[in-house]
Amino acid sequence: MDQIILQFLNGLDKGSAYALIALGLTLIFGTLGVVNFAHGALFMIGAFCAVTVQRILTLSTVVEDPTKTDFLGNPSKISTPYVESWFGPETGAALIDWSVPLAIVFAIPIMVVLGFIMERGLIKHFYKRPHADQILVTFGLAIVLQEVIKAFYGANPIPTGAPEVFRGSFDFGVLIGFDPNAIIYPYWRMVYFAFAAVIIGAVFAFLQFTTFGMVVRAGMADRETVGLLGINIDRRFTIMFGIAAAVAGLAGVMYAPINSPNYHMGMDFLVLSFVVVVVGGMGSLPGAVLAGFLLGILEAFASMNEVKAIFPGIDQIIIYVVAIIIILIRPRGLMGRKGVMEE
Amino acid sequence: MLGLTKKDFTMFIVVIVMVALAPFLLNPFPQGSSLAQMFNAGYPDLMQRFVIFGILVIGFNILFGLTGYLSFGHAAFLGVGSYSAVWMFKLLGMNVIPGILLSMVVAGIFALAIGYVSLRRSGIYFSILTLAFAQMSYNLAYSVLGNPASNFNLTNGETGLQLLLTDPRILGQSTTPDGSLPVTNFFGIAMRDSYDLRMGDWLFTFNAGYYLCGVIMLISFYISIRIFRSPFGMMLRAVKSNQQRMNYTGLNTKPYTLAAFVISGIYAGLAGGLLSSMDPLAGAERMHWTASGEIVIMAILGGVGTLIGPILGAGFNEYFKNILSKINDSVLHQWLGFLPDGIEDFLVTIIHPFVGKGWHLTLGLLFMIVIIFLPGGLVQGGQKLGRKISGRSRRDAAKAAEQSKSAAE
Repeated sequence: MDQIILQFLNGLDKGSAYALIALGLTLIFGTLGVVNFAHGALFMIGAFCAVTVQRILTLSTVVEDPTKTDFLGNPSKISTPYVESWFGPETGAALIDWSVPLAIVFAIPIMVVLGFIMERGLIKHFYKRPHADQILVTFGLAIVLQEVIKAFYGANPIPTGAPEVFRGSFDFGVLIGFDPNAIIYPYWRMVYFAFAAVIIGAVFAFLQFTTFGMVVRAGMADRETVGLLGINIDRRFTIMFGIAAAVAGLAGVMYAPINSPNYHMGMDFLVLSFVVVVVGGMGSLPGAVLAGFLLGILEAFASMNEVKAIFPGIDQIIIYVVAIIIILIRPRGLMGRKGVMEE
Repeated sequence: MLGLTKKDFTMFIVVIVMVALAPFLLNPFPQGSSLAQMFNAGYPDLMQRFVIFGILVIGFNILFGLTGYLSFGHAAFLGVGSYSAVWMFKLLGMNVIPGILLSMVVAGIFALAIGYVSLRRSGIYFSILTLAFAQMSYNLAYSVLGNPASNFNLTNGETGLQLLLTDPRILGQSTTPDGSLPVTNFFGIAMRDSYDLRMGDWLFTFNAGYYLCGVIMLISFYISIRIFRSPFGMMLRAVKSNQQRMNYTGLNTKPYTLAAFVISGIYAGLAGGLLSSMDPLAGAERMHWTASGEIVIMAILGGVGTLIGPILGAGFNEYFKNILSKINDSVLHQWLGFLPDGIEDFLVTIIHPFVGKGWHLTLGLLFMIVIIFLPGGLVQGGQKLGRKISGRSRRDAAKAAEQSKSAAE
C-alpha cells in the first residue's frame, strides 16, 4: 500500500511537467493549428532562465586576501556576490537562495516575448503550408535554440538548487498513519505539483472567465465567424502563443531543481509531451492535463519492481504502448472533440 | 537503356562516374597541404558514409517523397539492420553478404509490422506513431534487451553490440591465428583494404569497402529510379496528392503505402547492415529519434521527391558536418590573418559558435533556411540558379513551346 501511494506521488511531479508542456502544445494547436516541435526547446529555455538568474545573482567581486594563503602560497581569493554587498549579507544570501522562484518573475516576460517573436517571425508564414512543413521548420528551430543554449552554457548539466527550506524531504507516510520513512517525498516536488496546479487553474480561469478568453475559445471553435464579427482573432492567437510559451517556460523554471538543466532536456520531454497531447486528444485542453497526469502516474507505477518482474522493461515503453493503442482505437484521444484531426 | 528514359539514363551514368571517381573528386588538394586537411574528403571512412547515408535517404525518399507520409522513426530500421548484421558476424562468419541480407530481411519484417499499424493513420498521427515505435525500440535496445547480466542480451545496451574473441562464427574462425579479431570481408577481400595511388603530391585511396557500398548504392539508386517511373510510383504520387479521391475511385491505397513503407524500411536496414559491415559495432544511439530527425534533414536538404536529391542531401550533410567540425579557432585565425587584429578577433568570436563543436547549429540554421525559402531543397536551388544564369535559354524554350502549340493547332 505504501508503495502504491509512493509511486502515485512520484508520478505526480513528472505528470505535472507533462501536463504543463502538453497544455501549451494544445493551446498552440487548438488556436493556430500548428504542431510546434519547438515547444520542448521553450521548456528548456525556461530552465535556463533559472540558471541565468542564479548566475546573475551570484556575480561577485573578487578580492584578494593577503593575510591568508592557500597551499600553493598564493593569496586566497574571497568572492562576495554583489547582491550581498548591496543588500547586506543576509538579504543577499536569501536572494541567492531563492533564485529559482525569483526566476519566475524574470522568465515570464522573456518567454512571452520569445513566443511573440517565434509566432510573428516564423510560424505565421507557415499557416498555409502543409503540416509536414510546420513540423520540419519547428524541428529545425528546436535544434537551433538548443544549440544556441549549448554554445552559451556548455554541454554539461548545471545544478540549480531549490531554496534551502525546500531541500529536504517530507515524511508523508506519518501523516496518514504509516510507519515513519515509509513514504518520503521531497518538498520541492510537492511545490512543483502545487505550482503546476496553480498555473493550470490560472490558464483555465483565464480562458473561462475573461472576455479575452471567451473570444479565444470562440476562435478555437470557429475562427472564420469570429473574424467576420470584426474581431482581430490573429492578434489574440499570437498572444495565446506567448502565453503557451510562458507556460512551457515556467514549467522549465520550476523543473530546474528537480533535474539539472542541460541543453537537450527539452527534446527528451518533447516526444513524451506529443504522446501526451495525442492521448489526451488534439486540441482538448482538459484532455492534455488529464493525460499528462495519467501517463506520469502510469509511468511511475510501471517502474515498480513488482511490475518490472512480470513485464521486463515495461517502464521504458509504457507511455508509447498506451499512445499506440489510443491512436489506433480512439484517434481523437481521451477527450478530443469529434471531428478534430480524426484522420 | 536499362529500361530508363534517356534523361534518367544520363543522370544514372553521371552518378556511376561520380561514385567510381569519388576518390579523385573528393581529394582535389595535394596531401599534407593545409587546404587538404580541411577540404579533402577522400578518406575511406567518410566516403563510405556518403554512399551508405545516400542509400538510407534514397529509401526514405521513396516513402516521404512519393507518398508524403513523414516518418519520424526511420532510424529504428537503421538500428535493427546494424544489430542483425553484427549478429551474423558473431554467429556465422565475417563475410558481409549474409549480414547484409539478414539486415534487409529483419528490417523488412520490422517495417512490415510497424507500417501495418502506423499506416492506419495519416498526417501528424502517422509521424507520432512512427516516432513512438522508434523510441520504443530505442528504449528497449538500451535497457531490457541489452542487459549484459541477463541470458537474453540482444543489444548489449550502452556499450553497443561488438565482436568478441569467444564468438562461435561457425563458418569462419573465432580468432585469427595471431589471436586478434577477424575483419569483415567480401569473399576474402577485407573491407578495410585500401589501395593507395600516389601521383606526385596527391594521394588517392581506393577502399574495398567503399566500392562495395558504392555498387550497392548504385543498384539501390537504379531500383529507386525504376520505382519512381513505374505505375506503382505513379500510384504513390496519387496518394500524396489526394488519398481521399483514390479511395473514392474504389482503390485500396493501403497495400501501396505499406509496400512503399516496407521498401524504404529495407533500404534503411541495408544501410544499417552496411554501416556494421564497415565497422562491426552497433549501438542503440543509431535508433534515437534525433537520428531519425537527421535522416529527415538530409532528405529535405537534398530535395524531397526528386531522384538525385537524396544523394546530394546525404553527401552535403556528411561533408559539411566533417568540415565544420574540423574548423577551430586557430584555423580561423590563420584564414583571417590578413585582417587587422581587432577585426580578426571580432570575426573569430562571431564565427566561433558556428564551427567546431557548434556545427550542429550551422546545419540547423541551414535546414531552417532551406525549409523556409527552398522547400524543394538543393535540387530546386540548382534549378532556380540554372534558370537565372540561362535566362535566355528559358525564353527560347518558351518560344519553342509556343511554336509547337501553334503547330498543333
